[in-house]
Amino acid sequence: MSNSQLTSTPTPQAAPPTEVVNIVKNRNRGKLAPGEKSLVASPGTWFVWFGIAAFFIFLFGIVLSVLVDSLGKPWFNTWLPESFTLGWYQESWARFDLTHIIGVTLLVAFSVIVISVIIGVPASYVLARSNFPGKKLVMLLFLLPILIPPITFGIPLATVMYNFGLGRTVLAVILVNLVPSVPFVIITMTPFIEQINPSIENAARMCGASMYRVFTKILAPLLIPGILAASILVLVRTVGMFDLTFLVSGPSSDTLVVAIYRAMTSAGGGESRQLISSMGVIYTAMMLLILIIALRFINPTQLVAQVKDSRED
Amino acid sequence: MTSATNTGSRARGSASLKHRLAERGVDTKLLLLVPAIVFALLLFVYPFAYGIGLTFQPLAGTQDQWGGGIFANYVAFFRDDFIFDSVWLTLRLALPAALFNVLVSIPIAFKLRSKFRGKRMLQTLLVLPITLGTVLTAQGLLIFAGRQGWLNRFLLENGIIDQPLQLVNNYLGVMLSLIISGFPFAYLLISSYLSGIDPSLEAAAKTLGANWKQRFRRITLPLLAPGLATTFILTFVLAFSVFPSARLVGDASGETRVLALMAYRAFSEQLDYSMASTIAMMMGVVELIVIAFVFLGRSFLYKGSTGGKG
Repeated sequence: MSNSQLTSTPTPQAAPPTEVVNIVKNRNRGKLAPGEKSLVASPGTWFVWFGIAAFFIFLFGIVLSVLVDSLGKPWFNTWLPESFTLGWYQESWARFDLTHIIGVTLLVAFSVIVISVIIGVPASYVLARSNFPGKKLVMLLFLLPILIPPITFGIPLATVMYNFGLGRTVLAVILVNLVPSVPFVIITMTPFIEQINPSIENAARMCGASMYRVFTKILAPLLIPGILAASILVLVRTVGMFDLTFLVSGPSSDTLVVAIYRAMTSAGGGESRQLISSMGVIYTAMMLLILIIALRFINPTQLVAQVKDSRED
Repeated sequence: MTSATNTGSRARGSASLKHRLAERGVDTKLLLLVPAIVFALLLFVYPFAYGIGLTFQPLAGTQDQWGGGIFANYVAFFRDDFIFDSVWLTLRLALPAALFNVLVSIPIAFKLRSKFRGKRMLQTLLVLPITLGTVLTAQGLLIFAGRQGWLNRFLLENGIIDQPLQLVNNYLGVMLSLIISGFPFAYLLISSYLSGIDPSLEAAAKTLGANWKQRFRRITLPLLAPGLATTFILTFVLAFSVFPSARLVGDASGETRVLALMAYRAFSEQLDYSMASTIAMMMGVVELIVIAFVFLGRSFLYKGSTGGKG
């Protein structure tokens, strides 16, 4: 007993010094060299980690419960369904003709990418390189479709399309999705082009290269990373675009999102929940694949401003 | 296209005009802009103008009910409580959601700026919800946060609550879905704006003895503010035009009867294209008012270089 008391008594005495050391350490934190790590257990850090944790609980809860639901047989009052099956996938594939729907989705997405790159990249080149009267007006023209809610221009546009007899066709879905995509390509590509040193083009032009050759031989190779980044973003946007597609699409031209929504809200209380969940899983898997491919080419935080890496490197 | 190379052989008068125009930036390069402008005029400006015209062609039924001749749609919009209240319902959802997403993204983007193990993984996970899409988020929320869902089950079984929380099919459900879909977007934008700020500015302040509060308030925040305003606007646009989730996880006839839902109903259920256009245009107007306020606030802030490139 006495021994233990002897050993325990030094600890309370030793405690204050460590606290003092901690305080000194914390005080020093603020004056450390710029390269110092800043992950300190301050209230701010706790708040941040708590926020991230709460976000992840919801995120994983949502993803997992949809996944489990799509695989489960009847699931009501228990933690997990009684047994698992892949039947819902087969059933939803057959019932909603997912081959057709996914085909339409990919067709729409790739057409939108190709057209918006062809239209957008030359325009962003001009906006990045030259100053001309009315440039601000043109910029505004390209900014507005991004700033205005999709429904605002979507409803008049859909009305026009129905008037022209384009309603419920795949062409209408492609055209509608181009409206925000082209400005989007222009706005993401302009900073990319600004980074390219104009003297390279000038040198080519000095040597007699035409505009077309400058574009194909000089700019295009340099712009490939930017074009890839922009197209992947357009792909994600188009596959996920609900509002605009919904306004003009019909049964034969629905993309996957719209098909899921229609199944969820169809008359008579909607389709059985597991069918919708399995479609949701297919949708997420598709998007995830796109995103994983995308992250191989682009750093998500480098899209807006050109990054100057911090000094830690 | 090759005009630049053979102007020498042309007459002097036209060359000088050409040069004078070229000095102001008008040259053949501008032709590259033509497809984009034609596209914008055809698919954006023309339908938009058409939509505005459409708002002044009310259906006979609207005119009979609300009067006002060609302005009947607008009379109906402002007089009909059922429609007009949606303005407030939409703003009540969109403003807090956008504000929350931006404010929460700031500290998280800040903490994740420094290097540590698993940073890329964490960033990827934060951006992941972009792949979910509103419809799947809605479905997931219904299952996960519903009365029988894991969340309520966990809280009930651990005795934290004794009644299941009502998290979906109401205002809260839509708010949650707006946060889950809007936060990754806000975080992505803010962290890229943050990375555009030259770290040597902060380092300089550090050598002058500024602590983190001073550095944040005097250096980072003013440099970040324009980016914050842009992010707020873009997240607000997203939240403002929400409608699948308002229908699916919300209470579409009550608390979350947003403008987009009303516009869509008029469009496809009542086939009243002119009323639908009116609601859509009014949506644009309300949103532009909010954006104008943000820009007004932004114009008081520092607008110079952030030290970074671009």
